[in-house]
Amino acid sequence: MIIRFCINGRDTELDVRGDERAVDILRERLGLTGTKEGCGTGECGACAILVDGRARLSCLTLAAQLDGRDLTTIEGLGSPEAPHPLQQSFAERGAVQCGFCTPGMVVAAADLLARDPHPGREAIREALSGNLCRCTGYSRILDAVHKVDER
Amino acid sequence: MSAYLPGTLTDLWDLLEEADTAVMAGGTDLLVRRRAGKCAGRICCLERIPELRGVQEEEGVLEIGATTTLTDLLESATVAARLPMLHQAVRQLGSPLVRNQATLGGNMCTASPAGDTLPALYALGAQAVLLSRRTERVLDVAEFIAGPGRTALEPGEILARVRIPLPEPNAVQHFEKVGRRRALAISVASLAAVLRLDGDVVRDIRLAFGSVAPTVLRCAEAEAWLTDRTLTADNLRHAAGLVRSAVLPIDDVRATADYRRQVAGNLLLRLETYRP
Repeated sequence: MIIRFCINGRDTELDVRGDERAVDILRERLGLTGTKEGCGTGECGACAILVDGRARLSCLTLAAQLDGRDLTTIEGLGSPEAPHPLQQSFAERGAVQCGFCTPGMVVAAADLLARDPHPGREAIREALSGNLCRCTGYSRILDAVHKVDER
Repeated sequence: MSAYLPGTLTDLWDLLEEADTAVMAGGTDLLVRRRAGKCAGRICCLERIPELRGVQEEEGVLEIGATTTLTDLLESATVAARLPMLHQAVRQLGSPLVRNQATLGGNMCTASPAGDTLPALYALGAQAVLLSRRTERVLDVAEFIAGPGRTALEPGEILARVRIPLPEPNAVQHFEKVGRRRALAISVASLAAVLRLDGDVVRDIRLAFGSVAPTVLRCAEAEAWLTDRTLTADNLRHAAGLVRSAVLPIDDVRATADYRRQVAGNLLLRLETYRP
């Protein structure tokens, strides 16, 4: 089936199969490999993307469900030249080690900041509770989100 | 395999005529099962049918569309104010990412013994509104859920709405879940309780336990024993014994049956904190 959506500000049209998932078309068809697939069952959060402004699990979303939606992936939040404040803060505060969980963490944090621009640490812990990191131990990730607008 | 996103109920009924069509709400259970090789065939998504989503209050009853997401429920002022036990249960279900897509109707249709919204729905006396092309029927949640992973849904029929009679404002509503960790934990045991107190005397009490039997368990023995008795630690300890005799837990990777039996009784002791 043909689906049309806006991804990272660009109108896109794709012919997708019914069994393709959102994460499949992002990575395999559109070359947006910033979005990661970890567990494939919704428990790790590495595949999070923004759909109409809310964070969703792209491994548990069918490609067909994207029809008519507005998507933002980690590539659309910022670029190496003009990073999103969260991306800048993660880099500056050493909140990245292997980097696999980072796109999902940043996307989930962006969803939080859109609704609560100055969250406390408990709200951040709650918002990131569906994102697993196996390297950093989370403290620096919490710091990076908490101090995002400090320089 | 094909996926369909009908925008109206009429289109939905046509799609459901064909065999091997799975109905999908948020997809957080269905797509996991599908990935494990279960439930092949066509998928029909309910997310674009406006009548199936939203929260509405009418004459003391809250009607919640089956595809209302758990995040929608958390953000509903009525749910927070009038159904704090459901609010608490939803806050502890999955993770924010899961809740952004998982739905109340989906949690009911999955019919897991550990489904975290179910004890609250049993304790609140919720009803399921089932629709097909030609029929509408209303079942108590305890009739709707037929067993682990089984519901009363017939082919061509969907869960459209959930009706929850709002408890009186001064009723005590309590929910507690025991899990291995806070986020993304499948319940080891849980308790949802609604009670009406007259001073410290229990006048009316409903107790619904999750994860300690094939379906949510209402403990009639403990309810009857506590009615017209004071909410003291001694009385609760006695009722906890009745709970431990009534539950039918299993051993699994999360906990042993003995542990679940013990904890199910212990969960009741917390009600003492509501003693005036």
